[in-house]
Amino acid sequence: MSAEVKPVDTLDLRGVLCPMNFVKTKLKLESMQKGEVLEVILDSGEPIQNVPKSIKEEGHKIIDVKKEEDHFRLLVEKGE
Amino acid sequence: MDRFIEDKTTRVEVSLDGETKKLDFGELKTGGFIKQRQRDLFTVRLRCPGGRVPTDKLIEISKIAHKYSKKGVIHLSFRQSIEILYVDYKDFPELVKELEAIGWKVASCGPRVRVPTACGGCEYNPNGLTDTQALAKMVDEKFFGTPTHHKFKISFSGCPIDCARTREMDLGFQGVVEPEWEEPPCTGCTICAEACKEGAIESDPDTGKPIYYPDKCIYCGDCIRACPTGAWRAKRYGHLVRIGGKHGRWPMEAVEVALFVPDEKVPEVIEKTIEWYMANGMRGERIGKTLERVGVEKYLEFMKDVFGDNVLEAKEAACQQK
Repeated sequence: MSAEVKPVDTLDLRGVLCPMNFVKTKLKLESMQKGEVLEVILDSGEPIQNVPKSIKEEGHKIIDVKKEEDHFRLLVEKGE
Repeated sequence: MDRFIEDKTTRVEVSLDGETKKLDFGELKTGGFIKQRQRDLFTVRLRCPGGRVPTDKLIEISKIAHKYSKKGVIHLSFRQSIEILYVDYKDFPELVKELEAIGWKVASCGPRVRVPTACGGCEYNPNGLTDTQALAKMVDEKFFGTPTHHKFKISFSGCPIDCARTREMDLGFQGVVEPEWEEPPCTGCTICAEACKEGAIESDPDTGKPIYYPDKCIYCGDCIRACPTGAWRAKRYGHLVRIGGKHGRWPMEAVEVALFVPDEKVPEVIEKTIEWYMANGMRGERIGKTLERVGVEKYLEFMKDVFGDNVLEAKEAACQQK
């Protein structure tokens, strides 16, 4: 879908608990330009249950999701 | 003195604007004046449907509370309303006049429809599926104070987390959303299966696409909110209707009687339920007891036209009641 999209940065949030993982994602996205892509790595369980919902609600777009063992690799495109 | 001043029909003489006037307790129809342990002192319960108070009103209420509470304290009631404590009953006319001047009303106690309670709902809570605050306002305007056989408590929860505890209400409305999945935008990312806390969605081991088990679904909408591509969408929103719950010394769990009841049907559900309760209940009996005595199926029969296709099977409802 978007394998050729190059993220400008990566946040490895493995081991980071809710809601700090979302806060870190949000702060990072705020420092970026609209349309730029951030790679976020999230643990299974609570983080993957909550963080994508919150990212969407803040107006950003999740353009790719890959499951890798016990974590997920997300590509998030910054919205307005 | 009686515990609830609304039950008194006698008059007392009070001094008002320098002249002696009669205070008719019967005129304080809404009730909400609750006798305290302390002689002559009452708690005045204000009407705060859904626990929502505009800040400009809150400032005025604070001033009034500060003036009339002999101890300078308020209490937040278990039904989300502000209670002014330690009010001398001789001050009632003045207090009521001041509240009226700011457009605020006193709540109720006794056998009638109480101030409705509600969570934040979909207006600002991310989990919210229904506009619980608007519905609480509607109930307060339309049904507050309606006489019933015993107290009648209504609440609104915006989602299945059920913060407004609809299972413990005489009549409770809990927000639900029916999810619907469409193949084309789905990328098989498996986030929905991870997001579902009920095990109602599993991912196909090969494609990652969802396998949905409606029996396990509690209609919270987490899959819809989590889905990155919009493959999961809301088919319809509505209320899970619960009836006959109560807390107190002998708590009862409400029976689930209808699912996906739309907003516009809520007033009719309340109206007809009260009608059934008044026709079948007895003085001093909560509706949960009436349902136990008369039978849930009799209630469902009466509500047939109101609930329509949204009705949950009487058998289902009855066995949940135990």
